[in-house]
Amino acid sequence: MNYLPTGTVYGVLLNFRGELAALAPQMSAPPYKAAPKAPVLYVKPANTWSADGAAIAVPARVPQVEVGATIAMVLGPPAQAQRPQDAIKSVAAYVLMNDLSVPHASFFRPPVKYKCLDGFLGVGAEAVAADQAGDPGRFTLQVRINGEVRQSVDFGNLARSASQLLADVSEFMTLRAGDVLMLGCDTGRPLARVGDRIEISAPGFQTLSNTLVAEEA
Amino acid sequence: MKHARIVYEGLVQDAVERDGQLLLGDGRLVSQDEVVWLPPLTPTPRPRTILALGLNYADHARELEFKAPEEPLVFLKGESTLTGHRGFTRRPAGVEFMHYECELTVVIGHKRGIPAKKVRRDDAYDFIAGYTVANDYAIRDYLENWYRPNLRVKNRDGCTPLGPWRVDAKDVPNPMALALQTTVNGKLTQSGNTRDMIFDLPFLIEYFSSFMTLSPGDLILTGTPDGVVDCQPGDVIVTEIEAIGALTNTIQGQA
Repeated sequence: MNYLPTGTVYGVLLNFRGELAALAPQMSAPPYKAAPKAPVLYVKPANTWSADGAAIAVPARVPQVEVGATIAMVLGPPAQAQRPQDAIKSVAAYVLMNDLSVPHASFFRPPVKYKCLDGFLGVGAEAVAADQAGDPGRFTLQVRINGEVRQSVDFGNLARSASQLLADVSEFMTLRAGDVLMLGCDTGRPLARVGDRIEISAPGFQTLSNTLVAEEA
Repeated sequence: MKHARIVYEGLVQDAVERDGQLLLGDGRLVSQDEVVWLPPLTPTPRPRTILALGLNYADHARELEFKAPEEPLVFLKGESTLTGHRGFTRRPAGVEFMHYECELTVVIGHKRGIPAKKVRRDDAYDFIAGYTVANDYAIRDYLENWYRPNLRVKNRDGCTPLGPWRVDAKDVPNPMALALQTTVNGKLTQSGNTRDMIFDLPFLIEYFSSFMTLSPGDLILTGTPDGVVDCQPGDVIVTEIEAIGALTNTIQGQA
């Protein structure tokens, strides 16, 4: 049985140092006016979830799709220890995700119409138990499109470590068992189009593969 | 019919309104004071999608110094932000402006088993199962201009009371002409009418379903009119919509 989330799936913007550096020149200008303080989150609702191997339909009005390759934390029961730095102990597993977006340049308003299209979240077939997956700060992944390597991601470059991200999110909302929190998507996200096969691979994880197809009219 | 989801005698159960009381599945009538009220929703096989509108009443947009949007300003919530009628919502220590938002809430249904996908405006009401009332609290101190309104403002635990009732759509012939009001400790502070929405229910269902399938049990919180005021610990907030219900919530201070 392939893994699919049982709770709410949250993504995070600007959790790679490269993303922060790329946007830094714009941050003090309108509409942002300041760098973000709390983690910048969004939701990938259930209509976006695509199993590993599934074809993902792209509407004709969307010529290219941005590939947000990441690894996400799957929450288990709350850890006994309530200190923020112990939040990481409540992670049950990690899973590969292909967080697709319609490319958008402004991050001022919530990205619902860019990120919540049907099927726009590829979900790895296997949730790897936290004790097997090891330190999330040492995760790496690669994105291949039609077999060609298009992005390499090193989770050592996170702005907030997995542990810090969980602690800072937990400050204002409780993640329940089954909820999912992505670690973030680095800059250099590849673009893909209808017909492309997107593969996301990471050591210790079963490769996540999805193909983009044209949405039926 | 008005549906509730309650805890009574230690069991989570569904009930319906009967002569001001709650009719349980086993035929007993119990008082509204004897139960714990949950959000009036039936469980869904997958986490429900909760869409919420910002600035969907022209007067509220003006109040917040925004020009009316040209397309819906929408954000998503997780289920952990929902809480029931007569619940408590926490005001963190040190914040300056926490306000209620009384909102007509659509509970999505289906049409003969088909979910809402690419629905045309003329068919939109076929995909509405019912209505309830939400109080979509916001803590403005935490607003940041990144995916605004950000989740720290809008997705806090228990920060979105919902209920008391889920009213069947057929019992609400015109949801676009319902009076809304909010009282704080019995004093009227917000008053409006759903006819003043910028984007009405058929528009919203057509718009969202044009790119995302809405499934039975999904929610759309449709925004709030003018008249939001700061709420302090101990304040009793009643958000009420004509023909749907009056939702009570009490503000709680930081432990």
